[in-house]
Amino acid sequence: MNTQILWYASRATGAVSLALFTGVMILGILTAGRKGSAFLPRAAVLRLHRTLSITSMAFLAVHIVTAIADGYVKLNYWDVILPFGASWDPLWVGLGSVAVDLMIAIGITSAVRRHLPSIVWKTVHFSAYAMWPVALLHGFGISGGDGTTTWMIILDIVCVTAVLMSLVVRLLPDRHPDSVVRKTAETSHPREEIGAGR
Amino acid sequence: MSPKANLLLRVDPLSCRAHGLCAEELPEAIRLDEWGYPMLPTGPLPVHLVRRAKAAANACPVLALRLASVGER
Amino acid sequence: MTVALCPASTNDLAFSGTARLLPAVPASGHRQSPASTWQQHNARLGPVPLQVAPQLVDLVSAAGLLGRGGGGFPTGTKLAAVAANSSRRNPAVVVANCCEGDPTSSKDAVLLATSPHLVIDGALLAAATTGADRVILAVHKGSRTSADLSQALAARGPQSIEITVVGIPARFVASEATALVRYLNTGDARPAGRLSRIWESGVDGRPTLVDNAETLAQLALIARFGPAWFRQLGTESEPGTALVTVGGAVSRPGVVEVAVGTPLRIILTAAGWVPTGHAGPAWALIGGLAGRWIDLHRATEIGFSADELGLVGGTKGVSSIVVLPAGGCVLTETARILDYLAHSGARQCGPCMFGLPAIAADMASLADADRDALGRLRVRLPVIDKRGGCSHPDGAVALAASALRALTGPDAVHLDLHLRHGGCNSPAAIVPLGGHRTAGNRRENR
Repeated sequence: MNTQILWYASRATGAVSLALFTGVMILGILTAGRKGSAFLPRAAVLRLHRTLSITSMAFLAVHIVTAIADGYVKLNYWDVILPFGASWDPLWVGLGSVAVDLMIAIGITSAVRRHLPSIVWKTVHFSAYAMWPVALLHGFGISGGDGTTTWMIILDIVCVTAVLMSLVVRLLPDRHPDSVVRKTAETSHPREEIGAGR
Repeated sequence: MSPKANLLLRVDPLSCRAHGLCAEELPEAIRLDEWGYPMLPTGPLPVHLVRRAKAAANACPVLALRLASVGER
Repeated sequence: MTVALCPASTNDLAFSGTARLLPAVPASGHRQSPASTWQQHNARLGPVPLQVAPQLVDLVSAAGLLGRGGGGFPTGTKLAAVAANSSRRNPAVVVANCCEGDPTSSKDAVLLATSPHLVIDGALLAAATTGADRVILAVHKGSRTSADLSQALAARGPQSIEITVVGIPARFVASEATALVRYLNTGDARPAGRLSRIWESGVDGRPTLVDNAETLAQLALIARFGPAWFRQLGTESEPGTALVTVGGAVSRPGVVEVAVGTPLRIILTAAGWVPTGHAGPAWALIGGLAGRWIDLHRATEIGFSADELGLVGGTKGVSSIVVLPAGGCVLTETARILDYLAHSGARQCGPCMFGLPAIAADMASLADADRDALGRLRVRLPVIDKRGGCSHPDGAVALAASALRALTGPDAVHLDLHLRHGGCNSPAAIVPLGGHRTAGNRRENR
C-alpha cells in the first residue's frame, strides 16, 4: 500500500477515534447521571454508549495498524501496549499505548462484568476518566502529526468542552429519591466499627 | 398459551436503584411500581421474550437484574 | 391443666404447669443470684450432655423441633446444613439470638432471666454438633438480658470453647439472622438479603448457625430427655412447649409456657382475660408487630399453633398476644405499628423505603376519613408484598391486610365511624412500640 495513504489514514482515523471516544464518554456520563429523553430513552443511551465504544475501538484499530504498516516511522506491535519504549517519539506514542491498555482493561472487564466483583468493574471502568484525556494528549503532542493544526485544536476544544459540560451536570447533587432515602440509613442505621462489641 | 423457557427474571432488591432501564427494554414483562422499582413476572418467561429479557438484564447499570434457571435459588 | 404466668417483669417467678423451660420455682419476690441460678440448673438437670453431640441432629430432627424465633424452620435441618459445611479448616460459628427485637414479646427476656443456662447449654450442644469453635450470644446492647447473660456466663466459669456475649444495636431489623451476621462481619446491622446463605458462609465466612434463645433451650432439653419425651406435649406437626407473651388489656400480663396447640382460651384465662360480654369483636394482635388481628370472641378454641392459627388467617409469629381493651381501635393501632415498621426499615430496598411509609400514611389517612385510602391500600399491598430485600415489608403488608379484613368485615361499623368523623372514641393505643412516637415526635428507643 502507498505509505502516504496509510499515513493519512492513520492521522484521520486517529482524529475520528478521538471524536468517537468523546461520544462514548458523554453517553457513559449521561447513563450514570440517569439522563434520557423521549427521543433517546435511557436504555437507548446505554446501548449507544456500548455500540459506539465498539465502533470507536474499530477505528482505533485501523489507526494503530495503519501507523505501524506504513513503515515511515519505526513502530512495532509491542509499542502498542508497552508504553514509552518506542524508537520514535516514545513519550507521545507511549501516551497512546497507556490509553490503549486502559481501553483493553475497560473492554475486557465490561465483557465479563457478571463474573467480577462490582468494585473491580467499577474501578477499572472509572479509569476511562484517565484514558480519554491521555488519548487526547497523545493526539495533541504526537510529532509529525496534526496535533497543532487549527482543525485539530478546534476538535480538541469541542471534545473537552462537551465532556466538561456533561461532567458539570453529572456532578450536581443526586436528588433521585432512591439515593436520598438510602443515604438516611447513615443516621437511622449507623454502621459501627468492624468487630465492635466483640 | 405461549411456550415457556426454563428461565425467569430475578432482581436483587438491595442492589436495585430504580434506574428503570429493564422496563424500557422489556415492557411486555416488566413494569415499574409507582416508585420506579421493577415488578417482574413470577413464572418462567415465554420463549419469544428470552432474547429481550437478556437485553433487559444487560441493560441494568448495577446488574441487579439477572436471568435465572427455574429451580435455581 | 392449670397454667400460671411468669410475669414479664420477672420479679415474681411463678410456676408453669408444663414446667420445661421455665421450671417451677417458689415465688420469692427476689431475683435469684447468678450463682444460685447456676447451682439450681445443675441440681435440676446435671451437666450439659455434650456426649450426645454426634447424635444431636437425628435427635432434634426426630423430635420435630421448629424454630421458636418466628420462622418456624425445622431446627434439625438447620443444624445438619451447618454441620455439613463445617470442617476443621472451616469450623462453624454458633450465634444464639437473644435479642428479641419485637416489642410485644418478652419471652426470651424471661427465659434468659430464669433459665439462662438452658440457652447456654443449647448453644454449647449446637457448637459441639456442628463442629463450631465459637459461640456468640447476641443480645441488645445495654439491655437487662445482656446483664443476665453476662452474669450467667461468668457463673459457669471458664469454658473449653470461646463463648462471648456480644451487644447488638437495639433496632428492630438488627436481630434478623442475616443482619446479625452482617453486623458481626462489618458493623452494619441490616439484613443481607434473601440469597444470603449464612449456613455456608456467615460470620468471618464460616458456616453459621443462628438460633433463637428458646429454640436452643428446647434443644438442650431434647439432648437430655430425647425426642419421645419432647413429643409428649404439643401437636404431631408442632411438638413440644412454647413460650407465649400475653400483654395488653389483661390483668396478669406475662409469659407462659404451654404445650403447642393449647387453646387460646386457656392461655388468655391464665393472663386474666375475661370476655367482655359486648357483642362486637374483641381484637387481639397475635404474632407480634408483623402478626394478625384475631377476634377473640370467635377464636377461643383455636389452638396456639402455626397450623391452627393459620386456618383462621392468623400466625404464631414471635409468639406474642396483645389484647386490645374493649372497643379498641384496630385502625389506629395498625397505623401506629405501620409507622414504626416504616421507620425501622433498613433503607436498602425500594419496597421498604417507599412502600412502607406509603401504606403507613394510607392507614393513618383512612383513620382520618380518607375514603380513597382504602383503594390505595388495596393496590399497594400486593405491589409491596415479597419484593423487599428481606421479609420486613412482608410482615407489614400482612398486618395491614389483616387490619383491612377486620375493618371491612367484623369491624365495618367502626371503620364507618372513622370515615364519617375522622376518628373514634376508642381508648388510647396500647400495642407496645418500645418508645417510638408517631408523627411529630419521632423517637426510637429500643
